[in-house]
Amino acid sequence: MNFSLSGIAASNGIAIAKAFRLENPELTVEKTVIIDIEAELARFESAVTQSKSELETIKEQTSKQISDEEAAIFSAHLLVLSDPELLGPITDKIKSEKVNAEFALQETSNMFIGLFESMDNDYMKERAADIRDVTKRVLAHLLGVSIQNPSMIADEVIIIAEDLTPSDTVQLNPQFVKGFITDIGGRTSHSAILARTLEIPAVVGAKTVMSSIENGSLVIVDGLDGNIIVNPDVETIAQYEEKKANYEQQKSEWARLKHEATITADGHHVELGANIGTPNDVVGVIDHGGEAIGLYRTEFLYMGRSQFPTEDEQTEAYASVLKQMNGKPTVVRTLDIGGDKELSYLQLPKELNPFLGLRAIRLCLEMKDMFRTQLRALLRASIHGNLKIMFPMIATLEEFRQAKALFLEEKAKLEEQGVEVSNSIEVGIMVEIPSTAVMADVFAKEVDFFSIGTNDLIQYTLAADRMNERVSYLYQPFNPAILRLVKNVIDASHKEGKWTGMCGEMAGDEIAIPILLGMGLDEFSMSASSILKARSQISKLSKAELESHIETILTLSTSEEVVSYVKKLTVTE
Amino acid sequence: MIEKQYNITGGEGLHARPTSVLVAASAAFKSDISLEFNDKKVNLKSILGVMSLGVPSGASIKISADGEDEEAAMAKIDDIMKNEGIGN
Repeated sequence: MNFSLSGIAASNGIAIAKAFRLENPELTVEKTVIIDIEAELARFESAVTQSKSELETIKEQTSKQISDEEAAIFSAHLLVLSDPELLGPITDKIKSEKVNAEFALQETSNMFIGLFESMDNDYMKERAADIRDVTKRVLAHLLGVSIQNPSMIADEVIIIAEDLTPSDTVQLNPQFVKGFITDIGGRTSHSAILARTLEIPAVVGAKTVMSSIENGSLVIVDGLDGNIIVNPDVETIAQYEEKKANYEQQKSEWARLKHEATITADGHHVELGANIGTPNDVVGVIDHGGEAIGLYRTEFLYMGRSQFPTEDEQTEAYASVLKQMNGKPTVVRTLDIGGDKELSYLQLPKELNPFLGLRAIRLCLEMKDMFRTQLRALLRASIHGNLKIMFPMIATLEEFRQAKALFLEEKAKLEEQGVEVSNSIEVGIMVEIPSTAVMADVFAKEVDFFSIGTNDLIQYTLAADRMNERVSYLYQPFNPAILRLVKNVIDASHKEGKWTGMCGEMAGDEIAIPILLGMGLDEFSMSASSILKARSQISKLSKAELESHIETILTLSTSEEVVSYVKKLTVTE
Repeated sequence: MIEKQYNITGGEGLHARPTSVLVAASAAFKSDISLEFNDKKVNLKSILGVMSLGVPSGASIKISADGEDEEAAMAKIDDIMKNEGIGN
């Protein structure tokens, strides 16, 4: 009988193979009263020692076969087995309550597992699994039960398990283990992360796989969409074989594109960048072949703390991003806070219309000291790479002039103090307010570049709060009004020899890309994971061909008309 | 006893990796070493203790060492904090 299940897509790819159930050994703990305390302590100590030596082996294997980074988790496991806060209470229990080691261990571990599971942070919640893994290993030794060893598998299989412990996962040999499905876990659980590193398709959190899938059943794991099909019919298998082939072809194309520039079919280069929030995100940008950072949201530096970040702290963060980008363009947006984004240490009065209130550049121009600190930090970091600064929420030319003047003042001050700063920092603005988009020709004479922030531009142009679901139908990226504004901004910048980028959701959208390319957008900035897909799409499009359609597209009346026009265009091409 | 304040700058806060390095290093010293965050104080030789605090990036913490080798212990911790990019 065939049936399907679904769970959380944890690692991309598709696999078709027989199910292999990884059963949890029976580790039932009974509380018993012991007589010989010394003997019980020795028994516990020996179980810990054996577990440690197993972990040392697994750690070594992992660092040889996978990476030192992945092996690090077992250093943590080893430290847990030396942890005085864990071992102390266990030996105390054995001594004072005269209970068996198994019971003392389980009680103490459960206390820690409960503590981690109740934490308000997904990463820390998942660490409960690490404690379970370590506890299970020691318990098995105490009970004299052997744990199934996934490294012994020598057939092509899909692992079915309640959960995979980190030590199970590293022992999976990708040559035989084609995929795995678990009842519990999430995208950030260790096994999910490792599946992505090993490039094994995985679906986690599927809840009922252990109770419904038998050993040896044929199973399809679709790690792209989180689907599981058990005992599929011939047609379904064919369908998934095709999906698998397409995915693999796409993957190899993307791998090749990773190191290439973004060039259209007719030889035009556009820049594909990524949006980031912290210096840690840069790794992902490089990994996905980003040519630039089109938006570095600096507000994360200010959030989740109790006072403003110092000039030094900010300099360090900005320099870190610039160094990692190694001379590639890096657009940093100055602080965009206020309105709905609050800082606990900055008491701002509640506003009736936060999106129309004192936020972003408006707040920075009111709190000049805070703004000057950020500008100084940016200037000091500028010597480490190709820095471009942009001001958010600019509505009038005066705002830009004021902000630019503060920038030049801080630059002059630093130079006077003998601090080295770059002389080639471009200073531009976000275009997200209709007034600025309309006046782009005037702005273009004074700014070095534009970056269109579509999320806000759409909400302000159509006067629709993007947090309000009842007006969500008005969030229309393809409304001709938006397209005309975008075109106006791009044209205005080119007339003055400047460039225009886009850093909203729209820049990575497959319907928007042909339109933006035809309009002459110079830089597209999106989430890092969308870059290769966009590069692949752009390499198949002809800029000259698309250009010839822009005039027609701009005369269309509705969003639907635009979408269907572009769809027809890209299908026939 | 000696004490030192740090700001956690590593983007992920005190996750398993940075914590492992700190705990493993601390365990080699005789002194009592502790970490204080949000008015909670834990033994820096205990990985579970430290991780249970869930110290985020940007947090300010205090480390104290007390014992015969406190100077050497603090120097080692300071070294790790900076070299591993954990905090400053």
